[in-house]
This record gives sequence, structure tokens and C-alpha cells, in this order.
Amino acid sequence: MFENFQTLILILDSTVRLSTPLLLACLAGLYSERSGIVDIGLEGKMLGAAFGAGAIAYLTGNAWLGLLGGIGVAILLALLHGYASITNRGNQIVSGVAINFLAIGLTALLGQSWFHQGGRTPPLPKGGRFQDIVLPGAEAVKDVPFLGPIYYELLSGHNILVYVAFAAVPLTWWVLFRTRFGLRLRAVGENPAAVDTAGISVILLRYRAVIICGILTGIAGSYLSIAQSSGFIKDMTAGKGYIALAALIFAKWKPVNAMFACLLFGFLDAIAIRLQGQALPLIGEVPVQFFQALPYILTVILLAGFIGKAIPPKASGVPYLKERT
Amino acid sequence: MSAGQLPRWVDYGLIPLLNLAAAFLVSGLVVLLIGENPLEAVEILLWGSLGFGEGVGFTLFYATNFIFTGLAVAVAFHAGLFNIGGEGQAYVGGLGVALACLALDQYVPWWVTMPVAVIGAALMGAAWAFIPAWLQAKRGSHVVITTIMFNFIASSLMVYLLVNVMAKPGSMQPETRTFEEGGRLPFLNDLQSWFDFGTAPVNLSLIIALIACVLVWVVIWRTRLGYEIRSFGANATAAVYAGMLPVRIIIVTMLISGGLSGMMALNEIMGSQHRLLIEFVAGYGFVGIAVALMGRAHPVGIVLAAILFGMLYQGGAELSFEKPAITRDMIVVIQGLVILFAGALENLFRPALVRIFTPSRVPAVQAG
Repeated sequence: MFENFQTLILILDSTVRLSTPLLLACLAGLYSERSGIVDIGLEGKMLGAAFGAGAIAYLTGNAWLGLLGGIGVAILLALLHGYASITNRGNQIVSGVAINFLAIGLTALLGQSWFHQGGRTPPLPKGGRFQDIVLPGAEAVKDVPFLGPIYYELLSGHNILVYVAFAAVPLTWWVLFRTRFGLRLRAVGENPAAVDTAGISVILLRYRAVIICGILTGIAGSYLSIAQSSGFIKDMTAGKGYIALAALIFAKWKPVNAMFACLLFGFLDAIAIRLQGQALPLIGEVPVQFFQALPYILTVILLAGFIGKAIPPKASGVPYLKERT
Repeated sequence: MSAGQLPRWVDYGLIPLLNLAAAFLVSGLVVLLIGENPLEAVEILLWGSLGFGEGVGFTLFYATNFIFTGLAVAVAFHAGLFNIGGEGQAYVGGLGVALACLALDQYVPWWVTMPVAVIGAALMGAAWAFIPAWLQAKRGSHVVITTIMFNFIASSLMVYLLVNVMAKPGSMQPETRTFEEGGRLPFLNDLQSWFDFGTAPVNLSLIIALIACVLVWVVIWRTRLGYEIRSFGANATAAVYAGMLPVRIIIVTMLISGGLSGMMALNEIMGSQHRLLIEFVAGYGFVGIAVALMGRAHPVGIVLAAILFGMLYQGGAELSFEKPAITRDMIVVIQGLVILFAGALENLFRPALVRIFTPSRVPAVQAG
């Protein structure tokens, strides 16, 4: 019994670690899509940020500067997406695809050209990586049955970006549903013409949403290279941006749902790692590929309308053309 | 800002060229950034892709892949659909090719296997596009999202099948056994003698791809179905009002598109690798988007764009060999830039060109 509990805690602990980048990217997509800008470039922005953070953290030996670098790269890519889809009214899907291509190519090319290690950045010096934080009293309560491990393993002992990610959930909820900016943001994703009529700039609002998206994907990417691992590895996002996109749909574009969707997808990932090559009671050995595909299968089932209905913001993907006379 | 304001040669000739030039200009800057000479790089690239028989052969081999995936994206474009799932459809299409070859190769010659493999590829690719198509048609869930999801599901499924079901007995490699003669398409080198492609694997699939181009042109511009597809893409509401059935158009278009993607596997699996292996699609499905955008969703444009991308692939390989600093990732960067400038920033030069080419006697009121 106690052993099972320990295993469960360990799985949940890695769930939290694996969900964090998904959650940050998912919230990033939420701001963008709520404002009417579809973003399938989450993956590329995360990858670019991971590279930027890894490179700068290595050069400066400072994790915070690395984080800033990562956010900077992601914002640049986000502004490119904004320029293409807001100012130029281009196709937002195409722009997202382009950004993903650019990020994969440029990070590998520049990584090889600058560091000569097959596209990776060199291992980070000690200060270049976000260290795990032990919450107050964690050591003291470690041996208390049940509650001790929950506090020590699950809540304590993560790096700062994990706490940032989970704090961003209520913050996003508050911004979206309790501030004027949030109201306008949601309105511009549903009916930009109405927002425009009220004398508010659609373009400016959407650019702000896209920049917030850049900041959050920047943190998500930095988490991968300078918190979870110690350095950038070629193509290290490995589809996480797309899982975040799936989570966003699964969460029906709502912040709290987004957290649960990301935790679910992170949990599936943790289980897949844990169960590799192990047989489950009753079912037998489940192929690891099944768990890898499950987030996408679940999202498709959701989209099919079997688990409620996912309705995207009405104006998402539609460029806004201010009428000229 | 709509089409029709500009002369056709500007719309279909000058704008794509300007976009392409911008993409290459920025690519040149990237080459400068990593400390190499862009002009020298272009020279190596051109020589590597067109300078000798084998280079031409590889260029055409890659182009074959791009023709199939480019056509797939283009057909969907005409119905206003964005099939981003070429990657998964081609991967599963490989399953159809491999099953046909594995079943027949020991008993019959290649020309008996070939039609079965073509049908297998197209059927499997189309099947993989069917569920996203059905969901779009019936449930209104966006085809872009579902096809992305299906790319990942395909990848997991194929890894599972190759590792656990189809792998050669006693081998740790996630790939099937190598096909016998009866499961191999002939190389173009063996079919003719007036041009030497060296060891390049360019094969009969190229001819099949060109036939597919003609068929796509016929279907889209010369049949009732094509008319419905184009009408639906241009104005879905009007098409429905004219009595066309949206569910049928969406599903049929996506099936054609998926089938074309699936046929890409013919070139790789039956034409070159002669076995089904992991990750053989390697991004060709995604590049189809760039090809279709560059080619303006017209078969002729697609063939030209496919050859251009084939040159990039082959020349890029040669380039990374000559200049180790410019790794093959440079090709991915160039693709990204082409997609960006030819697709997302399509309107970048248009306002300026409209100003240049609009005769001043047209009242300004009509613009906008």
C-alpha cells in the first residue's frame, strides 16, 4: 500500500514537471486565440526560446538572463506572426507553419555554427540553470506519513518556473474575466467589428495578445533548456507545442480547464515513461506509442463532439479588415 | 486588395518571383550571418543540383515527392480546405505500398505489383484523411487541427506497427524486409539510355506523378466535381445556394488530397528504399504546403516549384558536403522563408504593385 502510494507520488511529481511547459504554451495560445489569432507556431516559438535561453545562459552563466533571452526570441517570432497575420492579413496557419520551419532550421543551423556540438548548446555552468526550490519546512515534514511526501515531493522541490506556470493560471483567469483588457481581448476574438466601433484599436489589442503569447512561450521554451535540462538539444520541443494546442482545444479555451488538460496530458506522458515495458494488471503490456498518441486521440474525440463541444472564438483565424470608404 | 486588380502576369508571375526573391535574399543574409559567402553557396547549390547527371537525378527524385504532396495541398486549397496532414497521410500510405509489395513481390513482376501498390497508397492515404474530412463536414471541427492530430497519431501507429508487427523477424531494426524484384519500381536509368542519372534513385514514380498532375488539372478545371470544388472554395454560401452538397464536396476533396499524399510513399518505399521504414516521410508532407503556395495551386506551378525544392534538397546536400558550416538545416530555413514570403506575407508587395499597375483613370472609389 505504502509502496504504491510512493509510486503514485513520484508519477504525480513528474506529471507536474512534464505539464509545466505544456501549461505555459497552452496559456500562451489561449491569449492569442482568444484575441482571434490562431497560432500553430507555439512549437516554433518554444523551440526558438529554448535555444535563445540555452545559448545566453551558457554565455552569461546567469539563468535569469537566459530566461530574458528566451523570452526575447519568442517575442520576435510572435511579432513576426503578428506582422504577417495582423498587419499583412496573411493566412495565420501558413504563418505558423513558416515559424515552425524557421525555428527548427535556424536553431540547428546557428547552434552548429556557434557551438560546434551537433546543434546543441554546451552544458550550462552552475548559475546558468534554474535550481529546484525547497519550500520552507519541507525537510521537517518529510517523514510525516502521506502528507509529508505530498508536500515534500509534489509541492516542494520544483524550480521557480513551475510555480510561475501554475500561478499564471489564476492570473490569466483574472486578466481575462475581471479586467477591462480581458473583456476587450475576448470581444476582439468574437466580434472585432464591434470592438472597432467602440473606438478601440483591434490591431493594437491583437498585437498585445500576440506579445503576451510570446512571453509565455518564451518561458515555456526556457523551462525546457535551462530548468528541466541543462542546455539546448536539437529539436528538444518534440511536438510539445502541438500537444499544448491540443490541450487548448481540449480545455475549450478556458484557463482553469487548460491547467487540468495539461496535467492530464502530462500525466499520460509520465505514465508512458513509467510503464515502458511493464505489464498492467488485466490489460497486459500497453504499447508506449498508445500513451503517446492518447492526447491527440482524446482531442479528436472531443472535436467529434463526444465529450461536450469545443467552440473556438468566433473570429479566430479571420483577418480583420477595417472598412474604408 | 482582391485579385483581378492586377494584370494576370503580375499576379501569377511577378508576385511569386518577388516573394521568392525576398525569401532568397533573407536566406543569403543567414548564410552571411554564419560567416560564409552566399554567392559561392548559390554556385555550389546550382552545380550540385543541375551540374551533372546524378545531381539532376536526385533533384528529380526529390521533386517527385514534392509533386505528390504539393498536389495534395493544392487540391484541398481549391475547396478552401487546409490539409496540413500530408505528413501522416503519406506515412500511412507507405503502409499500403508496403503491404502490396510484401504480398506480391515474390510471385509477380513489378508491373503487376505497381497498380496494386498505387491503389494501396492512395486508399490508405485517403482513409487517413477521411476522419478529419468527416469531422469537418459533419461536426464543423476544423480540418487543420484534426489533421495535425492525425499526423501524430499516424506517427505513433506506424512506430508501433514497425516495431511490434512488421519488423523483420530476429531484427531489432524497425523496418520490414527488403522487397524482391517484384516489389521495386524500375529506375529511370534502366528504362532509357539517352540520359545518365548515375546512382540517383529517380524512378517510374516521376512519370506517375506527372500523370497525376494532368489528372488533377482535368478534375479541377474540366469536370463538374472540379467546378463544385472551386465554387465551394471561392464562396461556400453561394455554392450551397446553387444546390451543391458541402458534405460531399469536403469529403471527396479530402479523400483526393489524402490519396495524393499517400502516393508520395510510392516514390520513397517502392521506388527507392525497397522496404518500409520509420520516419521515411521526413517532412515532405509539410514541404507540400510550400510547394502548393509557390505553385499557386496549379499543376504546372507545382511541377516548377517541386523542381525548385528538389534542387534545394539535392543542392543543399552537396552544399553541406562542401561547406560543413552550412548544414542541411539551411534547407529547412529556406523552406521556412519561402513559406513565410510566398504564403503568409503574400500581400507584402501587393499594395505597391497595385499602385504601380492601376491606371490612374480608374476612380479611387473602386479600390477597397
